[in-house]
Amino acid sequence: MKRPGLGTALAVVAFLTFFLGPFCWQVLTSLWPDGELTRPWPSHLTLENYASVLWGRPFLRVVLNSLVVAALTTGFCLTVGAAAAFALAKLEFRGKGLLLSAALAVSMFPPIATVSPLYLILRSVGLRDSLVGLALPYATFALPLTLWVLTSFFRALPDELYRAARVDGCTPFQAFRQVLLPLAAPGLATTAILVFIFAWNEFLYALTFLSTPEKRTVPVAISLFASEYREPWGEIAAASVVATLPLVALTVLFQRRIVSGLTAGAVKE
Amino acid sequence: MMKPRGSLARERRQAYLLVAPAVLVLGGVALYPILAAVWLSLHRFILVFGERRFTGLENYAYLLGDSRFWAALGNTAYFTAVAVTVELVLAVPLALLLQKAFPGRGLLRASVLVPWAIPTVVSARLWAWMFNPEYGVINRLLPGQDINWLGAPGYALHAAILVDVWKTTPFVALLVLAGLQGISEDLYKAARVDGASPWRTFVSITLPLLKPALLLALLFRSLDAFRVFDAIYVLTEGGPANTTETLSIYAYKTLMRSGDFGYGSTLSVATFLCVVLLAAVWLRLLGREEAAR
Repeated sequence: MKRPGLGTALAVVAFLTFFLGPFCWQVLTSLWPDGELTRPWPSHLTLENYASVLWGRPFLRVVLNSLVVAALTTGFCLTVGAAAAFALAKLEFRGKGLLLSAALAVSMFPPIATVSPLYLILRSVGLRDSLVGLALPYATFALPLTLWVLTSFFRALPDELYRAARVDGCTPFQAFRQVLLPLAAPGLATTAILVFIFAWNEFLYALTFLSTPEKRTVPVAISLFASEYREPWGEIAAASVVATLPLVALTVLFQRRIVSGLTAGAVKE
Repeated sequence: MMKPRGSLARERRQAYLLVAPAVLVLGGVALYPILAAVWLSLHRFILVFGERRFTGLENYAYLLGDSRFWAALGNTAYFTAVAVTVELVLAVPLALLLQKAFPGRGLLRASVLVPWAIPTVVSARLWAWMFNPEYGVINRLLPGQDINWLGAPGYALHAAILVDVWKTTPFVALLVLAGLQGISEDLYKAARVDGASPWRTFVSITLPLLKPALLLALLFRSLDAFRVFDAIYVLTEGGPANTTETLSIYAYKTLMRSGDFGYGSTLSVATFLCVVLLAAVWLRLLGREEAAR
């Protein structure tokens, strides 16, 4: 490795400041004593904001809701998507290209376009104000993502494996379940991380379909965080950190996987 | 031994069975709702009164004369154009940097993903605090008079663009980086042998070969920016004086605040059609690019 030149070093510092600075500022704000926010610098740091968010508000409940919705979405999309992705990658049938392009098109839908009918559908089947009902429309963006990322993973597995399983007497379905699915585990993990993050972050559907405060997800709760007199900036910051740290940890930990997953569909086609 | 013909037919049958659930789900959460939205948009339909009657194209006639719709369309187009341009301009040097080998590259790669992973709502709240006119860190750092970033027309939309740039430049950079990694090292070697300056190499080799990746990033990002909702809803709710109101925000307010599912659906369908149009333009350009190669 060469030592970086001055230009490179400056550019790195600039980008790091731009991308990390605001988040660091938020962490600092969350530790700032509430009465001192008007001052340019805190006199000491405190965990008060965290205490009042975690115990003074139903925030843990909200985090749990988000976990439930994101897990449901992930489980649902992986179950439905893995089988389809396998077929798309390894089997011959008509309409393959059509299905993949349709999935891509669906992922580009503006969610607002489907909000009104989905609202009416969910209401008519009694699932409007429920976490299960919320996970279903999440398939709009999560399933296309699953299909694209997993199809590229299945394609990367050698065709011979599938052929060999078939020669050994497996049906296509058995070949999928017993041979290719276990081998696609890294792909499944990557997809799961991506879908989980997208579902955790979704806002418009959650804001529209959930009306009971106890059922709110993290983004909705944070957007509606308010107290009677003024914006509780310290508490908002603390809640943001709580809601974000798991994601940031996940991202930093699985950086390589996320990058390969995000660019998988894009590079191939 | 199975007959090959029978086995092929069986394979195809199982293939259809395997993709059927995915097709059903996509149809149920996307295709059907879109068609239903078009149908709803042809009605006068106020949810709370239970009033619902077919009015044909009346909503669309109203839409054409609705200045608030045109203003929202203008805001959305401006937001998309400026945000995506700035993101691309920042993403190319960032991607070049991410490709370079230097100590601390891992740190840069990981930290670049931080804004991407943060929920948009959280990032909007975080910036709203920094934009706070009295105590926000931005006004404190900037010399001169305090600016009411989110409360002054002209500033607010640009503040929202900045939040979007912060949040999505990393994603664009990753797409560009994937494109960069597809460029053969030999070309750079040849350029060095010929004594080309780094800038010349960038303009004559990197940029032209990066064009497909850039077009792809443009496609993804502009369709995504066009549906912007979260950041603006949290930052300004479309204010001040509707100067940051985008199509998604206007449609949302019409649907959920006024309970007008007829005209709200018309606005949603209009947003959808704009996205389709935009996609068609980009796909044509991409297709031409493919054909040229």
